[in-house]
Amino acid sequence: MKLLMTACVVLPDMNSFLLEPFGEYVFMQRALIGSLAVCLGAVPVGLFMTLRRMSLTGDAMAHAILPGAAIAYLLSGLSLIGLTLGGLVAGLVVAALAGWVARSTHLKEDTSLAAFYLISLALGVLVISLKRSNIDLFHVLFGNILALDNAALWLLASIGSISLLLLAVLYRPLVIECVDPWFLRRSGKASSIAHYGFLFLMVINLVAGFHALGTLMAIGIMILPAAAARFWAKTLDSILIISMLMSFAGCYTGLLLSFYADLPAGPAIILCLGVVYIASLFIGLNGGLLVKHPAKRHLTG
Amino acid sequence: MSIQLNNLTLTYERHPAVHHLTATIDRGEWFAIVGPNGAGKSTLLNAMAGLTIIDEGSIEGLNPNSVAYLPQQTQLDRSFPITVLELVVTGLWSKLGYSKSLSSVHYKHCSDAIAAVGLQGFEHRMIDTLSGGQLQRTLFARVLVQDQPVILLDEPFNAIDAKTLSDLTGVIKQWHQKQRTIIMVTHDLDYVKQHCPNTLLLARECIGYGLTQDVLTRENLQRASQLSEAFDEAADDCVRGAA
Repeated sequence: MKLLMTACVVLPDMNSFLLEPFGEYVFMQRALIGSLAVCLGAVPVGLFMTLRRMSLTGDAMAHAILPGAAIAYLLSGLSLIGLTLGGLVAGLVVAALAGWVARSTHLKEDTSLAAFYLISLALGVLVISLKRSNIDLFHVLFGNILALDNAALWLLASIGSISLLLLAVLYRPLVIECVDPWFLRRSGKASSIAHYGFLFLMVINLVAGFHALGTLMAIGIMILPAAAARFWAKTLDSILIISMLMSFAGCYTGLLLSFYADLPAGPAIILCLGVVYIASLFIGLNGGLLVKHPAKRHLTG
Repeated sequence: MSIQLNNLTLTYERHPAVHHLTATIDRGEWFAIVGPNGAGKSTLLNAMAGLTIIDEGSIEGLNPNSVAYLPQQTQLDRSFPITVLELVVTGLWSKLGYSKSLSSVHYKHCSDAIAAVGLQGFEHRMIDTLSGGQLQRTLFARVLVQDQPVILLDEPFNAIDAKTLSDLTGVIKQWHQKQRTIIMVTHDLDYVKQHCPNTLLLARECIGYGLTQDVLTRENLQRASQLSEAFDEAADDCVRGAA
């Protein structure tokens, strides 16, 4: 009884603790909407990246995008359209060249991607140093999730929606390309469409991610939920749903944490996802380290 | 329609892996391609599947879209989270494409194929829990679902036990009865002598092709075994068939 009474007193407090920041402050609402919009596209794309053993490819692509954004910044300043286009162009050119070399020569994808992103990075550094201006790439590196304006929200929502639609169309060839690439390569163009379509998805989601969380943090939203969810589910559809829910929870708690503890939002979100990942690593029911050898005896057959 | 290999040459860095091969494979025939390691068997099969660029000559009467190809298992990612049924369903890709929905007829077709290879009850098992033989049965089920007139099999019985081998041979015999053209790369000569009516003996060059008992003679096998696997780095340009 006493417990119940305490609960009645504490719960409304909890409610206001959990909801008030988003009810009272518009910038928190925008941050929540923006980060959830990023999750919509980035999480499923990230899952396919982990399944195709491309987890680190995202990192390389983020470096490839950075110079494009830097050059755009030099030309047009801190404009949403400029930064988006710069990032998109640099990312797509590097992705397309790397994909083309991997598919038409004996170089593997990781090597050809490394080659092109390093060229892109060097070009970016060169352009910046030629201009001799001490430009502030803070926005690109760390994003500004707490200062999203309407245009930025529209951009994030559009990229999320386009990603979901494109994924729905490419889902079958993507799955087949992952399990058995040679099977699809025989059936005409589908293999190339799936491959380049996926690289396109990766680039637009990294660009969406850098507006919200910055280039380096954006990959966290792609990879961490996907890696964590694999400790909870076996089938592709359940992994997809669980990783999506985990990413939503991570964004929500990360923003709360950043609000109350006065921490930068991007790293707070990614650290929350990191906690989810490490917890899953140990207690995940599908192969977590602590539940790998269950106490129950084996079956007879 | 028969498949014609006309003066076919397939190369790796200009060195021939298959050299001036001419042969005809009639519709509904069950052909074994045999030969020593490095004889160009898999290369030839890849070319028929439309996966290799043809260096010289041609393959006629073979539409790559009407071929079901079972490559060696190593190219499959066994850790991918997909069930036996789902993997078999991918065989319907050429019929369903990006968006056509899976009807109950398709579904039954796939379950029947899984039953035909002796995997009833495995439909919802993840492929990473399958043994090598069970995975090979699954891939045979996918070939069944693909339902194509020409079937290419690359070493289908590598590391397969006797029971699986005889079950899958039963599946191939049914294809043979239904007039499917079956072309099978293997190194198991006893199997070929026992089951395959026709054989192509390859040692880069064609040593012989036709009825199995006529091709797998002691002299032919002796000739095939003399193949030197190493490429001759000092070899001259081949002028055979050059205009």
